[in-house]
Amino acid sequence: MPRIKNNNSIDSGEAVGIVAAQSLGEPGTQMTMRTFHYAGVAEQVPLGLPRLIELVDARREPSKTLTDIYLENDMEKNYKAVEELAKALEYISIEDVCSIVENFSKKELRITVDSEFAQANGITIRDIAKKIRQSMGNAGKVKYKSNHIMVRIDTAYQKLRRLSMKIKAIPLKGIRGLSKATVINDERNGIYFIRCGGSNINEIKKIEGVDYSRIYTNNVREIEKHFGIEAARNALLKEIRQVMDLQGLPVDARHIMLIADAMCMRGAIEPVGRHGLSGRKSSVLARAAFEETVKHLVNASIKGEEDPLSGVTENIIIGQTIKLGTGKVRLVMKEME
Amino acid sequence: MSKQQQSKKAFSIFDHVLVPKHEIVPDSEVELVLQSLNINSKEKLPKILSSDAAAKAIGAKKGDVIRIYRKELTGEVQYYRVVV
Repeated sequence: MPRIKNNNSIDSGEAVGIVAAQSLGEPGTQMTMRTFHYAGVAEQVPLGLPRLIELVDARREPSKTLTDIYLENDMEKNYKAVEELAKALEYISIEDVCSIVENFSKKELRITVDSEFAQANGITIRDIAKKIRQSMGNAGKVKYKSNHIMVRIDTAYQKLRRLSMKIKAIPLKGIRGLSKATVINDERNGIYFIRCGGSNINEIKKIEGVDYSRIYTNNVREIEKHFGIEAARNALLKEIRQVMDLQGLPVDARHIMLIADAMCMRGAIEPVGRHGLSGRKSSVLARAAFEETVKHLVNASIKGEEDPLSGVTENIIIGQTIKLGTGKVRLVMKEME
Repeated sequence: MSKQQQSKKAFSIFDHVLVPKHEIVPDSEVELVLQSLNINSKEKLPKILSSDAAAKAIGAKKGDVIRIYRKELTGEVQYYRVVV
């Protein structure tokens, strides 16, 4: 079974993990500590070291989630079509378009619509009033005039606050979780795609004209949830590579592959570090040498843990040859018969 | 297209660019796979959850070994995971 091209295969006993750690760690020291990048979305996206740490820590959500949406083949060259779709994506609820003033003595809500903003997004005051009426059922009266909506209730005034909260959350258009959709021109391929803040693959895939096969988000956990661990590994690989390349510090893909594979070993993305890979090493001494020394040693002695002394750290601590490279080979003499 | 037709659109995660081909290794081949990787038990393989989107899509059960056809920058590789 040819697993890797033979001229690239590595010697048995080579410390690939340590080499990978060094190969990513050294350029890490040269990275700008705090970099933000204007990525079309009018917000700051962390890059460089902060982003690398984010990826390696396997956070639930990156500090700025982005989703790239590509359209199907015939549509992606058409700027108009892409822009139209982008406009329909952004999530807008009543809270974004209106300001609500509660009047407890009159038991009414005075909702003022920002008509300029509403018009730009193609929302009319009639739609808003209709949505409010629908959500209230027959609990009160809804009237609208120019850019004001008045909601009056007959029940106890205590319910007014709850009602205003409910009204604020009514969705008007777009997809929950998405913000600031911008059309980006990919000049190299002569196409346009949409980049928006937030991620919601489940809803995005249902939109007419969206190319499902190319939806991409920098939220690796979301990819894991929708496409499984192998896709998450590929995304992780892509994200780490991108961070390194943008800093002008190219790292061999194999080192990153090793790290991504290690993070995806257990079927779910695991962070590197105390709560993840390093914290689950089988050797007590290796864990104690990393962080929380006393905790590990005390727990191990209570449980009566055994250390097979098969790793590097353990053997350095007790002063033995490490089982790497030439240290891995043992000579056994054949007994004479 | 009407709203109803839209919801009927079928999505296969294997259409997605990030998802490599997965396949269940037949029981008869598992032993060979373990031998080629020089391990004695499938517990030593990397894991994949039975709730994983790709594992579900190919109908893998706990204890199955899944072969993954990865297309890496460094060439094509077959990777194995055991369903847990």
